[in-house]
Amino acid sequence: MKKHYDAIHHVRGESLYVDDVAFPSGMLHAAVVGSPVAKGELRMIDVRAARDLPGVEAIYTARHIPGENQIGAILADEELLALNEVAYIGHPVAIVVADTPETARHAASLVEIEVEEEKPIVDPREAYARGELIAPARTFEAGDVDAAFDGCDVVVEGRCDIAGQEHLYLETQRARATPEEGARMTVSTSSQSPYAVQKAVARILGVASHMVEVDVRRLGGGFGGKEDQATAWACIAALAAKLTDRPVQLVLNRVDDLQMTGKRHPYSADFKLGLMNDGTLVAYKAELYQNAGARADLSTAVLERSLFHATNAYRIPNVRVMAASCRTNLQPHTAFRGFGGPQAMFVIESAMAKAADEIGMPRHELQRKNLLVDGDRFHYDQLIERAQGEASWEDAMKGFEFDGLLAETAEFNARGGRLRKGISVMPICFGISFTKTFLNQAGALLHVYADGSMSLSTGGVEMGQGVNSKLRDICAQAMGVRTERIHLETTNTTRVANMSPSAASATTDLNGNATMLAVEQIRGRLLALAAEQLEVEDISTLDIEDEVVTVAGKPSELTWSDLALQAYLNRVDLSAHGFYATPNLHFDAEKEKGRPFAYHVWGTAITQVTVDGLRGTYTIDSVKLTHDLGRPINEVVDIGQIEGGLAQGIGWMTLEELAYGEDGRLLSSALSTYKAPDGDFLPDVEVRFIEDDNPTGPYGSKAVGEPPLMYGIGAWFALRDAIQAFKPDAHIPYDSPMTPERVLLALCSIEGSDVPGPKDPEG
Amino acid sequence: MSVEFILNERHIRTEESAGMLALDWLRLRQNLTGTKEGCKEGDCGACSVMIGELDDAGKVRYKPVTSCLTPLGELHGKHLLTIEGLNLPEDALNPVQQAMVDRGGSQCGYCTPGFIVSMCWYMMQSGHAQPTEQGLKDATSGNLCRCTGYGSIRRASQDMIGQFSKGGDLADVWSSEDRVGALVERGLLPEYLSGIASRLSEIEPLPKSENASPEFIIAGGTDLYVQRGEEIPRTEEIEVLGLRGDMAYITLDDTSVMVGGLTTFEDFAQHPEIQAMLPTIEADMQLIASLPIRNRASIAGNLINASPIGDMTALMMALGARVVLQKLDGNVKRELPLEELYLGYKTLAKEKHEIVAELVFDRVDAPNEHVSFEKVSKRRWLDIATVNSAARIKLADDGTIASVRLALGGVAATPLYLKETSSWLVGKPIDASTMHGMVERAMKEISPISDVRGSARYKSLLARQLLLAHFDKLFPERAGIDTVLGAHLAAQEVSP
Repeated sequence: MKKHYDAIHHVRGESLYVDDVAFPSGMLHAAVVGSPVAKGELRMIDVRAARDLPGVEAIYTARHIPGENQIGAILADEELLALNEVAYIGHPVAIVVADTPETARHAASLVEIEVEEEKPIVDPREAYARGELIAPARTFEAGDVDAAFDGCDVVVEGRCDIAGQEHLYLETQRARATPEEGARMTVSTSSQSPYAVQKAVARILGVASHMVEVDVRRLGGGFGGKEDQATAWACIAALAAKLTDRPVQLVLNRVDDLQMTGKRHPYSADFKLGLMNDGTLVAYKAELYQNAGARADLSTAVLERSLFHATNAYRIPNVRVMAASCRTNLQPHTAFRGFGGPQAMFVIESAMAKAADEIGMPRHELQRKNLLVDGDRFHYDQLIERAQGEASWEDAMKGFEFDGLLAETAEFNARGGRLRKGISVMPICFGISFTKTFLNQAGALLHVYADGSMSLSTGGVEMGQGVNSKLRDICAQAMGVRTERIHLETTNTTRVANMSPSAASATTDLNGNATMLAVEQIRGRLLALAAEQLEVEDISTLDIEDEVVTVAGKPSELTWSDLALQAYLNRVDLSAHGFYATPNLHFDAEKEKGRPFAYHVWGTAITQVTVDGLRGTYTIDSVKLTHDLGRPINEVVDIGQIEGGLAQGIGWMTLEELAYGEDGRLLSSALSTYKAPDGDFLPDVEVRFIEDDNPTGPYGSKAVGEPPLMYGIGAWFALRDAIQAFKPDAHIPYDSPMTPERVLLALCSIEGSDVPGPKDPEG
Repeated sequence: MSVEFILNERHIRTEESAGMLALDWLRLRQNLTGTKEGCKEGDCGACSVMIGELDDAGKVRYKPVTSCLTPLGELHGKHLLTIEGLNLPEDALNPVQQAMVDRGGSQCGYCTPGFIVSMCWYMMQSGHAQPTEQGLKDATSGNLCRCTGYGSIRRASQDMIGQFSKGGDLADVWSSEDRVGALVERGLLPEYLSGIASRLSEIEPLPKSENASPEFIIAGGTDLYVQRGEEIPRTEEIEVLGLRGDMAYITLDDTSVMVGGLTTFEDFAQHPEIQAMLPTIEADMQLIASLPIRNRASIAGNLINASPIGDMTALMMALGARVVLQKLDGNVKRELPLEELYLGYKTLAKEKHEIVAELVFDRVDAPNEHVSFEKVSKRRWLDIATVNSAARIKLADDGTIASVRLALGGVAATPLYLKETSSWLVGKPIDASTMHGMVERAMKEISPISDVRGSARYKSLLARQLLLAHFDKLFPERAGIDTVLGAHLAAQEVSP
């Protein structure tokens, strides 16, 4: 049975994460000293008290960096350690190295940092107004928006404030660096992007890439939070290892991880949507103000995807979306499953909810009426091909008997009492490929040993998403052998060079295709040998099935094990490197037009909720969804991705609230104050698949990692529906997350004003 | 101090600081890395382990706890059981592990050992006639997973329940008197577990501590370690109350209930006489912490922590508990009403080396007397209250309020007893007009501030709603909160 093969070790607690590997002798532990204030000039770092603590080996600052103090991947705007200015609370300023992690952290708390403090910016609109942009704002445009609004029956306008989200990978950021002979350094890290770590460590140490070996066995969760943001910690470990000439490990504790690392970007947005009375969407205009945090990180790439997904699954002929990456004094925000898509989709869904209310049409009818179909074009010009929007919608409607659900909801609500139910439909359309075209490449290195066992190395990083399980399935199927034959190696920069990050949902697509190309080479050589040994003239009649060479479909006496051994004895090359580059991708950043995506993933989710009107609390009752998976490779893994992505989407829209003080301090900086969904909160999920042969994916499969997250947006609108069932004129700002606080305040809103009550002592 | 206990199969005697956390000791000293650190504040369950203790019948009773909040000193004379200690030889999987593999209940794997420990505890503990999905859900109430969305874990739970339920191939194991023994016999748990009871009985108790003025006094530690966890292991100046053994008890006489300060939340809620007086206590507990935390958290600790939103504090205040304060050396005892313990934010009418030895409250006179607990937090399980409230209400024969105590948390610098409002309510009938009067008066007694758990305005609103909710729940016909929203009623009446 296909499964998540890693789980066999997980359930026995035997899986090794970075710091589980036995400590090498003499290993030291690092702790990071972060800035206590959000903005200002660094005046002095007083390390005396820390240095005097027994067990402290060394304390390093920016001045100790032998290479270049720079880790910015897209824009070179990020120092590893702040030199002259600090730009957010937790901004790394110094490193303490000690004999135990406790001593290192204790000493770090004794380091005193003096900063000439300035007033921080925490609001992206304020940053925009002051011209604090990470890069020039971008605008995607189609049709003639201004003229089109004039011809609309109805135009609605509004504003959204969308909160960020903490990744909350259960395994915090960590790395271990070990000095090797000469200037060489090996780094074991929990990173989605081993190559990014390799490049950055080389830059910090002032050596060439080949002097740094980065190895990743597995991650205890990543979700985008370790795409670019694992780099700093690996660099710090490597720097300390270099300077002390001893192995050094850095494990962030949860509070430091929350305070120091970036999150999903909060967005503030204005929208304007024009439509006809029959519900035909005509024109859409939006301005997206992305809160990028203090440094670029991946913000510009995230912003680009917001532009691509600004219209979600809908046909709107006239579109103008402006998006700006605004520099503030928060942690540098970064990749998170969905990568800017979810925020943009929330804005268009909000606009459509408001428009539906305005024209008196149920929201789901307005959504249905405007779904994209084959032959339409996205606002960035890509032609819609093999659209599954309507198909998934109709499958969900019929398969889950949506009309019946609607009727049940209405009936329940008509009974009165303390509770009301709400329901929503959420269609998604998500583009697959890195939007930076050059990243759409991958390599795989495959060895077959003379006993028939195989070793596969790819650029894919196993972070729980099951890429190793899928690659194993793909490799086994392509070679015609059992999965047990294949061992997935660690992801290592010496075996696969220049690898792209495991991100953009494309890891299986890219590395699976590269694996198949590697298999093809070895298989070709083996079949040539088999033809010789079996004295078959036409190689094309040969195949390997269930570990036996077949001739015209009939098993021969030549087994896989024999074949591997014979190949070795006959000096046939049993290793191969496969290289894949996704074909037919292009994008013109001048015109903001092109075909950036290999394909899109579609689907439709129905969400049901119940709100307690007395307490403002709620339950998410169910999510029923139809998802477009192409041809599934490993259903256990795929369902896990769908349910898990959805869970994070629901969390983002409901419970998960990042509270910041005006001084830029993250107040919800522990799991006691930042609440992610638990087993009680999340509902049962029913999943239906619509299958389709995807020409790009291995064996017709489709990427599955990110798209399901956006079904979670449906939870927000289902809660809105339930609030409106209590109170049709409730004032419900288009702000997220929809916490119990927002629900109760909306339930108690007198239209256009807040609930009367005792004066807020702080407001 | 030399602490002696059994770690999985091994006998341990260690001189490590009694304040060192079991989690750190396992990972750093024993290289048992299956137990993971996720948050170090009891909020994720990645570090879940079981602690086994001999009960009165000489059997080992296990409790799941979070090793990140459990000091080593607490383990003396006990069995510490980790994921490694549950593993069968030769890579075999037990039914919990197999179900989790089959159903894809593990993705990145980091939370998995914690889930397995919690689920195995459910499999090992006796007491439930039949395994249930709800039971397993409660058992994993302290385990957070960020990958799966819990669907696959739920399906694994169902597989497991199916096996142990009537008609399942392991049904006989579930109905066995000695569950652990039966599991061992079927080869589903390692053999050594059968011998733990006799081995534990051979460990001598520690001599009574004579330290009358330690730097840290540790009760359950579930809040102390969250706040001071980096400091405690650095000092030997600690007193682990759990080693005293005579501070956890519940006794009743004709009029009063006496609760030892070290009584855990869970022991309180599971006590048959408490359940008779507080029939909803088990359901209320689902809103309070998680099972592993309730297994460690002590009632006195909750009071002493002095958090304005202590859940047990609100309940005890409504019950009208008086606290018995005592010097660590046992001398000098005094008693005061709980509300008088709180002078200001985290300021107590208590000396540093005084402990809350006991709580005393009057028996609840069911069925004329009712106790209600209400709490709203962002997440229902394992979350800190935004506002909580408890009420103890006794009705006279004519249906008017004979006596009442209302407590609110999260709306002032201290846990709050609504003195004025409570006394105003006495003699009033339960009707809409009384409800109006109640919220109006209550609003004058509270002074919430905005913080990470909610705005002051929201907290005021919640305070009203929760006071109304007590009456709505207990007297739905009479309280008159039959409008769409009690909120409207409150909001309109209380506007300044």
